Amino acid sequence: MTAPQARTSDKPNPGLEREHALDLLRQMVRIRRFEEKCVELYSAGKIRGFLHLYIGEEAVAVGAMQALEPGDAVVATYREHGHALVRGIPAEKIMAELYGKQEGCSGGRGGSMHLFDAATRFYGGNAIVGGGLPLAVGLALADKLQQRSRVTACFFGEGAVAEGEFHESMNLAALWRLPVLFCCENNLYAMGTALKRSESEVDLCLKATSYEMPAWPVDGMDVALCEAAARRAALAVRSGEGPCFLEFRTYRFRAHSMYDPQLYRTKAEIAEWEKRDPINLFEARLQEQGIISSDEIAAIEAAVAGEIDKSVELAEAGTWEPIESLTRFVYSDRTRP
Amino acid sequence: MEITYLKAINEALHEEMRRDENVFVMGEDVAELGGAFKVTEGLLDAFGPERVIDTPIAEALIVGAGVGAAMLGMRPVLEMQFGDFISCAFDQIVNTAATLRYRHGGLASCPIVIRAPSGAGVHGALFHSQNPEAWFTRVPGLKVVAPATPYDAKGMLKAAIRDDNPVVYFEHKRLYRSVKEDVPTGDFTVPLGVAQVRRSGDDLSIVTYGGTLHQALEAANIAEREDGISVEVLDLRTLLPLDREAILAAARKTGKVLVVHEDRLTGGIGGEIAAIIGEHAFEYLDAPVRRLAMLDTHNAFSPPLEEFILPNTAKIVAAVRDLWAY
Ligand SMILES: Cc1ncc(C[n+]2csc(CCOP(=O)(O)OP(=O)(O)O)c2C)c(N)n1
Repeated sequence: MTAPQARTSDKPNPGLEREHALDLLRQMVRIRRFEEKCVELYSAGKIRGFLHLYIGEEAVAVGAMQALEPGDAVVATYREHGHALVRGIPAEKIMAELYGKQEGCSGGRGGSMHLFDAATRFYGGNAIVGGGLPLAVGLALADKLQQRSRVTACFFGEGAVAEGEFHESMNLAALWRLPVLFCCENNLYAMGTALKRSESEVDLCLKATSYEMPAWPVDGMDVALCEAAARRAALAVRSGEGPCFLEFRTYRFRAHSMYDPQLYRTKAEIAEWEKRDPINLFEARLQEQGIISSDEIAAIEAAVAGEIDKSVELAEAGTWEPIESLTRFVYSDRTRP
Repeated sequence: MEITYLKAINEALHEEMRRDENVFVMGEDVAELGGAFKVTEGLLDAFGPERVIDTPIAEALIVGAGVGAAMLGMRPVLEMQFGDFISCAFDQIVNTAATLRYRHGGLASCPIVIRAPSGAGVHGALFHSQNPEAWFTRVPGLKVVAPATPYDAKGMLKAAIRDDNPVVYFEHKRLYRSVKEDVPTGDFTVPLGVAQVRRSGDDLSIVTYGGTLHQALEAANIAEREDGISVEVLDLRTLLPLDREAILAAARKTGKVLVVHEDRLTGGIGGEIAAIIGEHAFEYLDAPVRRLAMLDTHNAFSPPLEEFILPNTAKIVAAVRDLWAY
């Protein structure tokens, strides 16, 4: 499969105001630089275990999450550093979590794959492929039962489509008209398995429409298109029309986790997608349109670098959870009066 | 030839596939990628895509389809990419596979092997660290094995593939590249259900399996050297069915038994072992049976906590001294 070309003609005007455009760029740069720093820290043995990078896919989280309001909920996967950053979890709390320090957003207990923050209704990364979909259905069910017009955005990879939970969740969300925005991040490979080797029907939107829910493919390398599609879908979901499905066509530039020899794809394919690097693409467009100057880009980079340095400092200064609190929160000690 | 634990599993798969054309391998990324840990590397080249099959991410399907194929005479070896995800296939294992032969009055059998890379100590956090063996050791119809050495890894996988019953085969991730041993090149199997004395001793017996065997052996050497305690180490190798005679022999011989496993304490196989000894060798005991296991909590991500909750050599040495002093 080759990189899709940007198609702007059939999309509503994303109405990029200058400030907003700068913010989209800033968010993508934050994710990119944050994760580049993570790679360094991983090599230095500061971050351990599994680390799944979102590099190349930034436009999806940044664009899609523009459509969410503070009261909306987000469910993500183990590749969720970007979503967490955009949602507003402070970078230092994410970094501390990656270190396993108790100052982390999940108290150092979840690590990279289980970022969580109830305050921003970020209901977690999840190391279990497909595990987030039923959860999203439940969140949306509660919102519906409690009569709030909120959206639950559920991000998952195209590999999750193969799990039974995908079918079960899509079906029920549609049947009960639950306010779920299904955001499938189709980066073409589930570890080393290309989509066409795991699905009989590779048109994921066709699959989704078979559940009687509206579905559109989106150029996931174009942040403005991601935003426009998500806004349109979220509007429908929020107004009670039931769930929507968006297939973001994107690409992971790095290995599945920290290391893999990537024999399942060609260097040429990677290079072709890299030409459509979402950050370069957007930056170039903004420059072309005279919306942003190179000075302003440098200023964004500098601010982001400062934020990331600070996050590392705070993670470094963070502390390990004391042994005494080992079994704390295994159970809740509260009961309902 | 000296080979790693990982290579031993790989060789067993090669040899069994050569030996019996009904054997095939199926799982997520087992073919083109050669497995997340490279355990199935080279199989695709040797046997082709009809016998080395990449599946979608669907654990229940992998096991369930394996059961169906097994009913018609195939002998699938099914990989759970991480043992932690075996729970996604739980129903197919405990309801479908385990009861199949019984349910059909002996008219069908279910010769499948489910390989599950398990174990902590690799900073895998909650869902890439677990030792889920005890979920299965109470299910009649299943066999559950957890080899600890390259020789056993190879011989027991071959035996499991040839066995007509569903076998859950736990392979400890930490052992993959860390243990090596001379393994004969010719065909051999290691019988399921038979424990093995790894180290002979007179004062105290450690009963263990899998990842903690190597720590137990180290601890036994330390206790001998520093305290003059002569420690016997029994490697269970198979957890269902348990080798009761070997367990009782170890208890009768030394009168002091320490059970060690990386699975959690509560509900772990150690409780069953203590009960067997209590029921059948009580009069030989000089001390209560002791257990050292992972603490009853979730797998921790923070390195000091992970260290704290898991058994290790130093903790085994301390437990040996403590029990010896009883
Ligand atoms: C239930 C379960 N099975 C298998 C895995 C191992 N695994 C982790 S990520 C992954 C690939 C998922 O691919 P996709 O859903 O496309 O997301 P991507 O990694 O490309 O973002 C697999 C098989 C898992 N984490 N959970």
